[in-house]
Amino acid sequence: MEPRIDRRRLLLGAGAAAAATATGLAAPAIAQNAPIRIGWLATLEGPFATGGQDGFRCMQMLLEQHNNQAGGRRIEVVRESSNAQADVALARARKLIEQDNVDFILGPLSGAEGIALRDYSRTLTGKTIINGSSGASDTTLRNPSPNFFRFNTDGVQWMAGLGNYVRRTLNVQEVAIVAGDYAFPYAQVFGFSMEFCRAGGRATYLWSPLGTTDYSSIIARIPRTAGALVVIHGGTDGLAFMTQYAQAGGSLPLIGGSIMADQSMLSARGPHRRLMLGMVSGGPIADVHDDPTWNEFVERYRRRWSNEGGFRSPSIHGFNFYTAQQAALLALEQVRGDLSGNQQAFQQALVRLEFKNAMGAQVKLDHNRQAISDIFLNRIEERGGQAATVTFGRTNAVNQTLGVPEAQFLQLGAPSRDNTGCVA
Amino acid sequence: MTGSLALTVVLNGLTLAALYFLVACGFSLIFGLMRTVNMAHGSLYLIGAYVGYAVFEPLYDQDVWWAWYAGIAAGVAAAAVFGVAMQAVLLGWMQGQELRQALVTIGISIIVADQLLAVFGGTSRQFFAPDAIFGSTELPIAGRYPTFRLFQIGVAVMVGLALWLLLARTRLGLMIRAGVDDRAMLTALGVNVPLVSLAVFALGAGLAGLGGVIGATAQPVAQGVDARFLLTSLVVVIVGGMGSIPGTAIGAILVGVAEQVGQALFPTYSVILTFAIMAAVLALRPQGILGRPA
Repeated sequence: MEPRIDRRRLLLGAGAAAAATATGLAAPAIAQNAPIRIGWLATLEGPFATGGQDGFRCMQMLLEQHNNQAGGRRIEVVRESSNAQADVALARARKLIEQDNVDFILGPLSGAEGIALRDYSRTLTGKTIINGSSGASDTTLRNPSPNFFRFNTDGVQWMAGLGNYVRRTLNVQEVAIVAGDYAFPYAQVFGFSMEFCRAGGRATYLWSPLGTTDYSSIIARIPRTAGALVVIHGGTDGLAFMTQYAQAGGSLPLIGGSIMADQSMLSARGPHRRLMLGMVSGGPIADVHDDPTWNEFVERYRRRWSNEGGFRSPSIHGFNFYTAQQAALLALEQVRGDLSGNQQAFQQALVRLEFKNAMGAQVKLDHNRQAISDIFLNRIEERGGQAATVTFGRTNAVNQTLGVPEAQFLQLGAPSRDNTGCVA
Repeated sequence: MTGSLALTVVLNGLTLAALYFLVACGFSLIFGLMRTVNMAHGSLYLIGAYVGYAVFEPLYDQDVWWAWYAGIAAGVAAAAVFGVAMQAVLLGWMQGQELRQALVTIGISIIVADQLLAVFGGTSRQFFAPDAIFGSTELPIAGRYPTFRLFQIGVAVMVGLALWLLLARTRLGLMIRAGVDDRAMLTALGVNVPLVSLAVFALGAGLAGLGGVIGATAQPVAQGVDARFLLTSLVVVIVGGMGSIPGTAIGAILVGVAEQVGQALFPTYSVILTFAIMAAVLALRPQGILGRPA
């Protein structure tokens, strides 16, 4: 049969030829001139929407400071949002990698999301995930993934020193712990209980699923014998809990989880703020911390965001995302923007990084690519008519097992609802 | 469980039931007269809450004592107007085509959710009750109990009574009841049924808006809450019986108390209890506890 060429075939052929030429010519150029594509993944929906927004703010601020460049290459950002649910975070991460073709992801924000992305990272070659702000312990401790890096400390680490302080200094014998029923609070509860119970304290645990809106029955079950209430909720869950606790006339001394005693809570208006004055907590940052690096960072944050919906001081999520991107940019500088060879050189550079985060604390990674850094004890005080967290204690270079030998720590089992770390 | 804890949990259940009743009775009312399964009912709740909040927030910042009441008025009005518009523009002319109406209202709910997300963002919001009903009240046995939650029961009882008076004692109520029984006959008698439908839609939607503001005072409102309240309304009216106000009250109490008892006894799995009740009712009495057989 004689080959007939109609208009459609001609067009198809021409299109294919054009595409082939284009890719053929463009391929060598990509390595030098094409921008580096970063996927930002945080929660702009759901319980941690305000924290996610702040993460984007801090990262944007850092990029602007670097003129959107690193290692001689321009940086392009693709923003994605999840809602603190692991399946949603996974779907958005896939979209970033598979459709937007990003080189690496900075994210996610919430605990269970982090574990999902850690598992996803293992299926990828030549891509990297640098944790944004998620703080579940097992994300890096058990079954770590070679291309998943975490430059923020985790939920267990953030509690370093708090359990001992509550038991020994505040002399509280028994606490009630209210916490979200998912991976991040498991870590925080574990870190707190390990110290508190070892020092002879007793604890009652009241769990509720992430996204719970009605806490009245939980509040009703707080034992009357409890000498303090440990609140390990954050975001809107934290706001709902505290508002309802205030409504119920609660008056126990409060101990806060790291995302409870935070600007994302203190900036929200409402009656909970009155109760939170005096709350003691532990974590990687505080609003008022006497360190030039931190003061400069806060000053810069305020200048940039005070008219665009920013908090009075960066939130913990903003700080964590900032640290993650600091690491990414430093490593990109070291390899001069070269992400070829399945990002081997880039990942090696990440592993070897040692730098100061915005709090002025030294950050380095352990063998699981998990940060070792300083942790602070904070108290909420009134500063200039506003509530703010103020540091009053510091533990240097806290590792993921709180100083317990790793084998021994692993033997305690993974933090969970039934494994609270409360062993005397 | 100690006595005081048991009583508190039951009270929690009743106060939650009060909120569910406020939202679900509008749903039931609209279904009763028009046979419309309004899948956008949750959106009406959301509209009430968000519009109410938009009015409330600037006033609260200025420390005006009536900020919260203004929020309620705005929320109710916004939801009622939206409900009327929905009935007048879209649902009115497809009267009697239940499936089509259900699909159209699902579409509306998706559009509304996206628009609210675009306007108000993903941040969740919460109203703060005026000082008079904030804080707690000393109750026998249960001890200190949040005043606002007691207030919630008061509102629900008042709305229930007002609805009963409206349906049993007024001309509009007479027409609504007649319309539930035989719509065609009512039209033949010279009653302007489309107008009555509009009134019922305004009422039902306004109640959802009221629920929105009250609900957003008791617990935060955020994107996605619409689906939760739609689902709860469905469960409540399926359990209580479609179109029956007393049935809705019974359904709301069953679901609310079950949810709270579940949360106190086995928090992670408490949601199962609600659906167990629904399954049991559907198996034993498909028309609902006070529903009439179709």
